[in-house]
Amino acid sequence: MTEPVLEIAGLTKEYPGSPPVRALDGIDLTIERGEAVAIIGPSGSGKSTLLHMMGTLDRPTSGSIAIAGRNLDGLSDDELSAVRSRHIGFVFQQFHLLPGYTALDNVADGLLYRGTPLEERRRLGRTALERVGLADRARHHAEKLSGGERQRVAVARALVGRPDIILADEPTGNLDSKMSDAVIELLSDLHRVGITLVVITHEPDIAHRFARTVELRDGRVVHDRSAA
Amino acid sequence: MTDVSLLRGEDILRVAAVGLRTRPTRAILSALGITIGIASMVAVLGLSESSKSDLIASLDRLGTNLIVVEAGSGIGFGTGTLTETAEAMVSRIAPVQGVSAVGSVEANVYRTDLVPESRSGGISVRVTASSLLETLGATLADGRFLDGATDHLPVAVLGSVAAERLGLSAFDGSASIWLGGRWFGVIGVLDPIELAPTLDRSVLIGEDAAAALFDYDGIPDSLYVRAAPEHIDAVIAVLPATADPESPDQIEVSRPTDALEARAAAEGAFTALFLGLGLVALVVGGVGVANVMVISVLERRGEIGLRRSLGATRRHVALQFVGEALILAVAGGLAGVALGAAVTAVYAAARGWSVLVPAVAIWGGITASILIGGVAGLYPARRAARMAPTEALRSA
Repeated sequence: MTEPVLEIAGLTKEYPGSPPVRALDGIDLTIERGEAVAIIGPSGSGKSTLLHMMGTLDRPTSGSIAIAGRNLDGLSDDELSAVRSRHIGFVFQQFHLLPGYTALDNVADGLLYRGTPLEERRRLGRTALERVGLADRARHHAEKLSGGERQRVAVARALVGRPDIILADEPTGNLDSKMSDAVIELLSDLHRVGITLVVITHEPDIAHRFARTVELRDGRVVHDRSAA
Repeated sequence: MTDVSLLRGEDILRVAAVGLRTRPTRAILSALGITIGIASMVAVLGLSESSKSDLIASLDRLGTNLIVVEAGSGIGFGTGTLTETAEAMVSRIAPVQGVSAVGSVEANVYRTDLVPESRSGGISVRVTASSLLETLGATLADGRFLDGATDHLPVAVLGSVAAERLGLSAFDGSASIWLGGRWFGVIGVLDPIELAPTLDRSVLIGEDAAAALFDYDGIPDSLYVRAAPEHIDAVIAVLPATADPESPDQIEVSRPTDALEARAAAEGAFTALFLGLGLVALVVGGVGVANVMVISVLERRGEIGLRRSLGATRRHVALQFVGEALILAVAGGLAGVALGAAVTAVYAAARGWSVLVPAVAIWGGITASILIGGVAGLYPARRAARMAPTEALRSA
């Protein structure tokens, strides 16, 4: 398969109002399998909106998005949900772990909406937790973990379903610099073993650790640099 | 390749329990309203059924075939009287199984001759024969009843209330009372007679003694009649004319068990009222669950957003919240059934009734809580399902 993981052409997003707010204004962006991309830009530049579009959480006003060669245009809400469950893993700034549930069960929930049986979900969840180095925390409840550990559990949850792409929205936004480093190190490791990554950040230090940096301003791509 | 999001049946239950696990106190409090509603309905049904079974049991025990014939007051005729032959006449009606006449004499009863005359205690002196005991199905608490051997002697049998007022409840077999200006020996004390409570407040003496000592004229003022149950209406129809052929409209005929049956009917009416109140409590409980869940949906926007990002469809999110409302309501309903049954058991035991919780109350309570839970969960579930994933994630 040589087709791009993500192919965006002429993407615009307007929010209704008077005058309407144009959050994205003609974005063209192709992300190949195995790439690690940092999306940077000041707040209000459209980073989060773009990530939501990539993640099929919101629909564009115009333009097209294809994920793993499949055009999202005209898909129903249920079909978009299915695309998320099969092809996309999310990591959020606020972690979004369920309190009262173990790290393992939180990771296993990454497969919940694929109809995978519980035992199988837990088995795969254990593997994913090992991969993020938290096998020893499997039985800890989510609220007993440190911020950095929580985010690594969230990464494991995004990873467990072997998605085509992992989308991370300010993954270090709630973490101190030491914990941030650990999370970024983890994401870099994943990139090294071939996982496709898109990370939104407003911290230049973090952006520099990714091979490709896309800079947004006022809903347009103003720079697209590859370090190579 | 067509992708679909799938949520397994057992996982629906798992996700529906998430809210209960993360906020158990809130879950218990919101289910409490339903518990109270169901408990009150089960208790109302249980108590009404238990008390009704008690009434039916007493009706069975007492028999519904006792008829009381009294000299009444026909309009414009003054106070009526029975005739001396009424007892004999009534006993000739074929389906009549037993008749006992009771008359009265004007006399006051005191514990001793030293009690001031004004303290008569409201006890009346009634004249009767030995057959009364069997006709009424009455029983003696102690001693023996009037019979042929004692009929002409100055002896008396006390009704239960009369015995109490005279201080002779604990009758030791050798007491005397001051009756109409002379001493009467007490030979027995009756148990309470449910079908003839006026006799409880009476002192009974024999006909010959009454005639000799108080000029009793032999004209009774009431007849107690037992008739074959299948002919009871026909007997009632001919009784006035038989008891007093000259002025049958002065005769009052009644069935004491009618009063008990009327009481059962009246309690039925109250049952409907209380059941209605229980239903109101249940609906209020359902509104409480809906209310708490709407708040819960708002607080759990982040979780909803996460689930959408994991691939949950709107239907999956709706199922989760309807499921949660159902679990709350059914748990509350089961607790309510248990509580209502416990209340019934304690109250019925205290009243000496047999404990009866009708099956319809148990199944009805569980069904009602399922319905209430489903309805209560519908609106919050719709709100949760309609939330745009981006909005849910942003605001969290």
